[in-house]
Amino acid sequence: MAAAAIDVRGVVNRFGRQVVHDGLDMTVLEGEVFGIVGGSGSGKSVLLRTILGLHRPQAGEVRIFGTDLTRLDDAELRAVKASYGVTFQAGALFSALTVLQNVQLPMLEHLSLGTRARDELAMLKLRLVGLPPEAGSKYPSQLSGGMIKRAALARALALDPRLLFLDEPTSGLDPISAAAFDELLIGLQRELGLTVVMITHDLDSIFRTCNRVGVIVDRKMLTDSLEAIVQNPHPWIQAYFHGDRARRFGVGHGA
Amino acid sequence: MYVSGSVRDGVLHLALAGDWRARDVPAIEAELAGLSWQGLASIELDPSGLGALDLSGAWLLHDFGQRAARSGAVVSYPGGIPEPVRLVDRTLQDAAGAGAGAAATAGEGTLAGRVSALGQTVVDRLRGGRRALEFVGESTLRFLAAVVLPRRWRPISVARHVYDTGITAIPIVALIAFLISVIIAYMGAQQLQKFGADIFVVDLVTVGVLREMGVLLTAIIVAGRSGSAFAAEIGAMQLNEEVDALKAIGVVPNEVLVLPRVLGLVVALPLLTVIANGVGLAGGALLCSFLLDMPLVQYIQRMQEAIGPWTFWVGIIKAPVFALLIAAAGTYCGMQVRGSSRELGRLTTVAVVMAIFLVILADALFAVLFMEIGI
Repeated sequence: MAAAAIDVRGVVNRFGRQVVHDGLDMTVLEGEVFGIVGGSGSGKSVLLRTILGLHRPQAGEVRIFGTDLTRLDDAELRAVKASYGVTFQAGALFSALTVLQNVQLPMLEHLSLGTRARDELAMLKLRLVGLPPEAGSKYPSQLSGGMIKRAALARALALDPRLLFLDEPTSGLDPISAAAFDELLIGLQRELGLTVVMITHDLDSIFRTCNRVGVIVDRKMLTDSLEAIVQNPHPWIQAYFHGDRARRFGVGHGA
Repeated sequence: MYVSGSVRDGVLHLALAGDWRARDVPAIEAELAGLSWQGLASIELDPSGLGALDLSGAWLLHDFGQRAARSGAVVSYPGGIPEPVRLVDRTLQDAAGAGAGAAATAGEGTLAGRVSALGQTVVDRLRGGRRALEFVGESTLRFLAAVVLPRRWRPISVARHVYDTGITAIPIVALIAFLISVIIAYMGAQQLQKFGADIFVVDLVTVGVLREMGVLLTAIIVAGRSGSAFAAEIGAMQLNEEVDALKAIGVVPNEVLVLPRVLGLVVALPLLTVIANGVGLAGGALLCSFLLDMPLVQYIQRMQEAIGPWTFWVGIIKAPVFALLIAAAGTYCGMQVRGSSRELGRLTTVAVVMAIFLVILADALFAVLFMEIGI
């Protein structure tokens, strides 16, 4: 069995009197694609921010490759942050920088590369995610939705992380672009041996890419393989995987 | 040591070792640069001793292979090409077009490039001027259309802007008006005392504050506070596509974003000016009674003599005009924001600079006008 890339134990997140997570556990193994699913407002984004070290939970521990983030100071956290890549829902590309500069920014911050190496490596990442070289000199506002997602992925891969977080990577894409993005992701994951954690609502995407799925229900997470989770009797999970929308896709396995 | 080389039978044999990862790139690059394969036709790479090899490391190997090939040497991996290197090779295969990204901006240094850049700037400026004209025209039309339909006045929105730009600005406007009039009175008193004309300090403060300083300073503070706020608010809405959303709903952005701000400020600025005038006169009185031992009664008496029938109105009449200019500059710049956060910052700056410039220009024109009509 592979080692755990991420190990979340008993995380509690509270905002005022509203409890978002109450003793949430989650384990992601190295080399797998892990999908996080949950209703709107169930705390998927808060969980992601907690794992990224952007938000400190009230209780519990969050280990990335064995290091507990909740006990680190800012300098130590910075080193951990260089070990993963993230893409945000809307891309979050820096609008004042070109795409190439966006990809180079993490390199500038964390690596002391020469100009040529930086340019070439950034261009390599752009090509890797399937962007044409001309896209490098464009600004984010000049890109289409699909290209923004790809550029964000290129920036996430800038430091060659072993761990990748994707927040709704296919939202807002047409089904063909979304499928292409899934294929790209599977290819990269296999060839680079990445561990991928993704939040998604795209059932197609889940069935195409994920090995295991964690569902946030009742402020906790239920984790299982895809085949097993669709059989889970919890009403929300039943509605999610076997609802009208799922059935219309023909993806409701075992339904 | 990342690379150790040995030559056997005219073949350079390179054994790779250690971790080849993104953060190791500078060190490995330096070591690779030290290698020489002069006169050797073949290089064999042995990756069996490698620890980690990520894409950045693989790119170094790819790049090394390319350079060797250019100098006529053949690079081979007797033990098979490592997977990441294969991926990089494949990704950069059709790298012929890779320079295109850099080439797009290449024409800048040449004479033709400069001429075309100059031309582009001129055209952009002219277009900017036309857009400003369009903006003023459209806003005026919207205003005229709204005047006849009181329902469109959006009183709640206007009231909010009166509050934001007026009420909340009272403390800072009052403080600055007070301090400036104290400074005028003090500096004036120092000079006038030499001629024994202390009493004219009152004229100086009264006329200075009422005709010029009160309204001008208030306008400049408001330009800094609200001109920038207008530009930033509307600019952020542009970036969020909120303005497009308004258009899609069938609402004219000009009517809901520009007019309430203009009307709000046109109401607020004269009121602020009245406050600034009052505080300014009080400041003058305070300084005179403390520094010049002038009784308050005498100050007020002299003040009444100094104020002509037009003194107050000359100042206050300018306030709505200044308000119009500030609000127009702020909202116009906000509407021009496109695409990036840098653009938002630039146009917010432009809004404030433009507003202050327009206010001072208008003030100069008013001075000429009032002199011509003799008030």
